[in-house]
Amino acid sequence: MPHRTLDSARSGAYIKIQKVPQGLIKVQLLRFGICEGDLIYCLQRLPGGTMVVQKNRQEIALGSDLARQIFITEE
Amino acid sequence: MRSDSAGVNFSNEKNADFKGFDKKPGSNSAPKVVLVGNPNVGKSLIFNYLSGMYVEVSNFPGTTVSVSSGKYKSFEIYDTPGIYGVSSFNDEERVARDIIIEADIVLNVVNSLHLERDLFLTRQLIEMGKKVSIILNFADEVKRKKIVIDSKRLSKILDVEVVETSAINKSGFENLENAIINARQGAQPGEVSDVLNQDILSKSGREIALLVAEGDEQVAEKYGYVCGTADEREKIYIDRRNSVNAIISEVEYENSSKGRFFNLLGSYSLNPLTGIPILALILVMLYYLIGDFVAQQVVDVTENKIGKGVFEFYTKSFISEFTPVDIEVTKFDDEGETIDEKTFAFPDNLLSHPETKTLFDNYIKDGENEVNFDFKNPIARLFFGEFGVITMTVTYLIFLLLPLVIAFYIVMAFLEDSGYLPRLATMMDKSLSRIGLNGRAVIPIMLGFGCVTMATITTRILGSEREKTIATAILQFVIPCSAQLAVIAVLVGKAGIGAFAVYGVVIFTVMITISTILNKFLPGQSTPLLIDLPVMRLPRPANVIKKTYFRSVGFMKEASVWFFVGALFVGILEITGLLVAFQNLLAPVTTLWLKLPKEAATAFVMGTVRRDFGAAGLFDLELSAMQIAVALITITLFVPCIASFMVMLKERGLKEGITIWLSAWVLAFFVGGLTALFVL
Ligand SMILES: Nc1nc2c(ncn2[C@@H]2O[C@H](COP(=O)(O)OP(=O)(O)OP(=O)(O)O)[C@@H](O)[C@H]2O)c(=O)[nH]1
Ligand SMILES: [Mg+2]
Repeated sequence: MPHRTLDSARSGAYIKIQKVPQGLIKVQLLRFGICEGDLIYCLQRLPGGTMVVQKNRQEIALGSDLARQIFITEE
Repeated sequence: MRSDSAGVNFSNEKNADFKGFDKKPGSNSAPKVVLVGNPNVGKSLIFNYLSGMYVEVSNFPGTTVSVSSGKYKSFEIYDTPGIYGVSSFNDEERVARDIIIEADIVLNVVNSLHLERDLFLTRQLIEMGKKVSIILNFADEVKRKKIVIDSKRLSKILDVEVVETSAINKSGFENLENAIINARQGAQPGEVSDVLNQDILSKSGREIALLVAEGDEQVAEKYGYVCGTADEREKIYIDRRNSVNAIISEVEYENSSKGRFFNLLGSYSLNPLTGIPILALILVMLYYLIGDFVAQQVVDVTENKIGKGVFEFYTKSFISEFTPVDIEVTKFDDEGETIDEKTFAFPDNLLSHPETKTLFDNYIKDGENEVNFDFKNPIARLFFGEFGVITMTVTYLIFLLLPLVIAFYIVMAFLEDSGYLPRLATMMDKSLSRIGLNGRAVIPIMLGFGCVTMATITTRILGSEREKTIATAILQFVIPCSAQLAVIAVLVGKAGIGAFAVYGVVIFTVMITISTILNKFLPGQSTPLLIDLPVMRLPRPANVIKKTYFRSVGFMKEASVWFFVGALFVGILEITGLLVAFQNLLAPVTTLWLKLPKEAATAFVMGTVRRDFGAAGLFDLELSAMQIAVALITITLFVPCIASFMVMLKERGLKEGITIWLSAWVLAFFVGGLTALFVL
């Protein structure tokens, strides 16, 4: 499935980040330790598509608009 | 106020982006040691320890938003806002960047639990060629989670000093001095040196060369260089990410078997399904603690028994020994019904009519009495009468507001230290996005319930100008601060749940309307939510107490001056007859439009000084429940207090500040009157 975005991930799934929007967002995610090709854990998908993910021990929340721009595959 | 003792200065952090850029190395001032690190890693705790001063510590990213400085031995030490990288994406980063460029020594505070995130900044600081030492903080948590970090190996790879600390226990702090003294330039990775422009490197130094290559437009412009492209920045960042990941794999081991730390409460408070009940529970507990226990029971003792019964009674009795007075006494039975009233007249003073005094003393000896001193001398009335500058300031401030304000501060400190606020931000993200904000805005808005002034400064953590404007407008128009909530709690306690509902619904509607309109008409786009969630944990009592203490002292310092000035001002208006003139002038608005007694206008005069002071002006009026609702709505929407108005001007500029201030006048009377139309 080439066109899945992060906001469609299930709670409790491991997902692989395929593509992140260019520019500021990419830079900010890199700083949090998330880059393309990384495996992260989807802690919760809140109604409306706000996502809470975990990379190593760090929990990060992403707004639904942002999550919709991040392409993933589920592992 | 936030850390006034620490000399936070509002003046030169916003516009002085480049101050000190040109400082020559080797100048003879004390070496500048700058604490740098990601948000929420313990910088401020370490700063407080080293400098012996106090800046606020909370469990959410973005507590510190400006630079504070202090002294440690022969060093000048600086606390900075938390950042994820040195650049100029937002206000905090710009503030931090400038002080980092000036720094002689950088103490890089790192949360050991999140090395892969935090070392990204570490790597950049080293690449900038700064003299760095690393402070691996949160050693206690690392141990608890059975993680092993090989700090010797880390020190070797990066070629800088590494010390382990646990800032909440002050353990490892004995090594801080070592870290300062032994700070040095670390190992440079080859890839970075390749992309640096040799010309810039030799002319302006490594830090500028790196920032320019990373595409920092402000720095490039200042030095007249061509700024690096987004692609170059991305390359540098990806190299840096890879090098950090490589370091992590060498220095960090996890002993626990996939022990995903998983805090039940934390994850439940994220999802609206469970999070809204949790929020509701917190609010109900708050209502019982503050609205019921403190506002009714505690304040009854402090205000009526101690404030009026002891302090005012003895002060006024004493003054009565020198000046003519009529003393009116109302006697109550156990149910609070009036059973008798008597007036004792002392045309000269208390002492010159011993027989009346004996009658008076005997009359008030037992039972519940309310004693009212009606001074004949205007000056005595000004200072000791009903709105007396001295009597009212002391009673309202110390015996009424202070207990309530302390209660609010304790609750706020509790929430701030628990890690709940960023989770609330996440839960509210979807709803707030409808009014042009992202979840992060919950943080300044919640802080506003403590002190709007402080919260207005915290709007800096928001990602765009439009978000800052919307959040500032919400804060200044609708969010009542703790002192004002205190007065509201007391008045609503009298008026009952119906009035409270009207008040709540109207204020909430106004908030939604204002922000929706702003969202529609402000240019630009709001930024999406991207926030790291700190661990949930039980707040530390020591921190809660310390913070409450400093905030309460700050509140008393500021409020007492304004209460005093305000009371004097209103008192003089009263004596000169201007107050009645003003009441008559405003009477059409007050009585016809707002349907309140014309004396309510006094509250508005008082409200221009401070909103809580204004609300206090409603205490002595005979108002029906719905009149209380209307009056409170008007006074809540009314102009913000002078301190927060000043801060708003600084943060948001003259034009926006004045616009908001003037609109508050119109809005307050308009909405107040509209409500009156429906409920009165
Ligand atoms: N368990 C543990 N908690 C710590 C330690 N150091 C700091 N904390 C907690 O981490 C939180 C953040 O501390 P601060 O000193 O405010 O952090 P800061 O780096 O100044 O944060 P910002 O100003 O937001 O950038 C507080 O709740 C501290 O109690 C530590 O060594 N161990
Ligand atoms: Mg801080």
